[in-house]
Amino acid sequence: MTTFWSSWIIVLTIVTIAGLVWILFANRKQPKEIDQTTGHSHDGIEEYDNPLPAWWFAMFVITIVWGIGYLIFYPGMGNFKGVLGWTQIEQHDEEVAAAEAQFRAMRDRYLALPVEEIAQDSKVMRMGQRLYSNNCSQCHGLDARGAYGFPNLADEDWLWGGTPDAIKHTLVNGRNAAMPAWRDILGDDGIAETTEYVLSLNRRSADPEKAKLGEKHFQTYCVACHGAEGKGNVAMGAPNLTNGIWLYGGTEEQIAHTLRVGRNGKMPAYGENLTEDKIHILTAYIYGLGN
Amino acid sequence: MTELNSDLEHPVYNYKVVRQFAIMTVVWGIVGMLVGVLIAAQLAWPALNFDLPWTSFGRLRPLHTNAVIFAFGGSALFATSYYVVQRTCQVRLISDRLAAFTFWGWQAVIVAAAVTLPLGLTSSKEYAELEWPIDVLIAIVWVSYAVVFFGTITKRKTSHIYVANWFFGAFIVTVAVLHIINSASMPVDMTKSYSAYAGTVDAMVQWWYGHNAVGFFLTAGFLGIMYYFVPKQADRPIYSYRLSIVHFWALVAVYIWAGPHHLHYTALPDWAQSLGMVMSIILLAPSWGGMINGIMTLSGAWHKLRDDPILRFLVVSLSFYGMSTFEGPMMAIKTVNALSHYTDWTIGHVHSGALGWVAMITIGSLYHLIPVLYNRERMYSISLINVHFWMSTIGTVLYIASMWVNGIMQGLMWRAYNQDGTLTYAFVEGVAASYPGYVVRVLGGAIFLGGMLIMAYNVYMTTRRDVPVQVPATSASAA
Repeated sequence: MTTFWSSWIIVLTIVTIAGLVWILFANRKQPKEIDQTTGHSHDGIEEYDNPLPAWWFAMFVITIVWGIGYLIFYPGMGNFKGVLGWTQIEQHDEEVAAAEAQFRAMRDRYLALPVEEIAQDSKVMRMGQRLYSNNCSQCHGLDARGAYGFPNLADEDWLWGGTPDAIKHTLVNGRNAAMPAWRDILGDDGIAETTEYVLSLNRRSADPEKAKLGEKHFQTYCVACHGAEGKGNVAMGAPNLTNGIWLYGGTEEQIAHTLRVGRNGKMPAYGENLTEDKIHILTAYIYGLGN
Repeated sequence: MTELNSDLEHPVYNYKVVRQFAIMTVVWGIVGMLVGVLIAAQLAWPALNFDLPWTSFGRLRPLHTNAVIFAFGGSALFATSYYVVQRTCQVRLISDRLAAFTFWGWQAVIVAAAVTLPLGLTSSKEYAELEWPIDVLIAIVWVSYAVVFFGTITKRKTSHIYVANWFFGAFIVTVAVLHIINSASMPVDMTKSYSAYAGTVDAMVQWWYGHNAVGFFLTAGFLGIMYYFVPKQADRPIYSYRLSIVHFWALVAVYIWAGPHHLHYTALPDWAQSLGMVMSIILLAPSWGGMINGIMTLSGAWHKLRDDPILRFLVVSLSFYGMSTFEGPMMAIKTVNALSHYTDWTIGHVHSGALGWVAMITIGSLYHLIPVLYNRERMYSISLINVHFWMSTIGTVLYIASMWVNGIMQGLMWRAYNQDGTLTYAFVEGVAASYPGYVVRVLGGAIFLGGMLIMAYNVYMTTRRDVPVQVPATSASAA
């Protein structure tokens, strides 16, 4: 803040408070008689000129004195930092440091142990559950069974791999899954045929002829990510299309819609929000759910 | 319509515009509170959003706030200020046509709001959601209002300007400044604009406006109502002229500083937060000055409260005013705010002011005003006023008590942590625990709304010339 604006604030504050003190004390003088009207009458309403109630006067003075004191000790008067040098950033950092000092050592003990081992520890799983419910449950659900567009974490199917390392990588860096839109390339018939083929992978095809045509499209366009047998690829988060688990729904219409417009899945990166020890515990919790 | 009958016209004063605004106060009160009850019910039972964009909470909530603050509260302020300025200056409004323009202009603003907000057209500024063409209309109507009001004061036949008019005047001037500065924006087309401010500056301008909408619209304006209708209804002189001088100047000087307490522990610089907090606490005494002057005006006339439910409305509204103006400074203290901010406590605080103070003083003054405007001795039924009084009081208490419980519980649940340092509760557990409070709130709001419907019936019967007023069985006189 420039000196001008700083001075502007200081002057405005002092003038306001001085004005309050002046109007308060200028009207303090006791009138000679109680219940003496001012002589004004407005539409029949008269006004007494009773003195300011003493307790109210005292309360006013106390709040002003307190206010001046606060502005001496804390920031308020422009660039003047206050005698205590307090800032909200420092208050935040101190509170975080105090919490870290209290809990970090306990969590760091677990950081030294492998995920598979601490996933057996009920204390770690309870801690992980609470971290999960405050950071993950908004999308994946309190029971971790996922929702439309958000994978189930409590089963054995893993889009990006279910090893401790893979889970931790997902948590720290996030994931971006991109299924392209095929409408322009396949056309309406191509979409319908490919849909029929995907259904046939789950033994749900009603039209083998159509599915056969769809297989050609699949082997041309889909195979790169979903594999020749449609079993998916954890390296690119491509779902297995043969196990009856559907992130965006498995009806004929839903599959066709996915093919037409594509899908974009985004798991945010938590590496910056959660400390390493918390990520480790959360990894163990999620690993424990699906294994 | 009976209110257009020429035999109701006062020989000196313009009562027509007062009557129009007074009736619309009741109408918009019912509409605004009905939407309030609906959105309160949506929070308890989300299915009531009906899966339609136009009836979703996010669109109806600003409709509720705009309807109760600007349609109900605004119409009440227009009605009472036009009435009081004429009566205390002993002169007719300077221009009947301009006064009529403010009435129809203001109703147009309200109807425009009721159409655009459910359609999702919003500037996204709280309590200033209306898009720029409506903002322009508001500014034009408001300047006309100022011309009528101050023009009438300059023509007054009395030497002094009565204290109620100071408060009305401060409210009119400051709201004009607040509205124009906060709504400054760059239009893209007729239904879309971007704020002239960005980031933290935008937030600060928004809450400078937002808090002074409370301070000048809902406090100073309604203190103007209080300063006329309380001494009038109690038939007693105002307790202290010098107290009114001190607390008027202190109130208008300090309120304008208090906005930053809405932005504690945010990107707003520390110095601005501190000044907002200090001034909020200094604001306690100036706020209470109005309560003292109102309640002490009854000294020597306390027995009137036994028989007069209108006076009871006015006095209880002052009690709620005192309570919420104590609660406000307390919530502005950073350590308290760290618990209360973002919880239902804030909603409860607002409604102890909105229902307990603003609505109840409006209702009390309308019960005084309607018979005068319709040339009747008193309201059609005094006992229905009494029923309304108890419904309003019980409704308000249920509302604010449930939100206190919810708010403090949410604040404590959000910050609770376990021995291992993890948070004890997921956010959704706080939502689930709030459910009983949400149901009680719906009940309280519905009772308050029910009282408004009784008022509408009572007002309608009073305006009908062919129905005699009911003589109360027990009380001698209440008018």
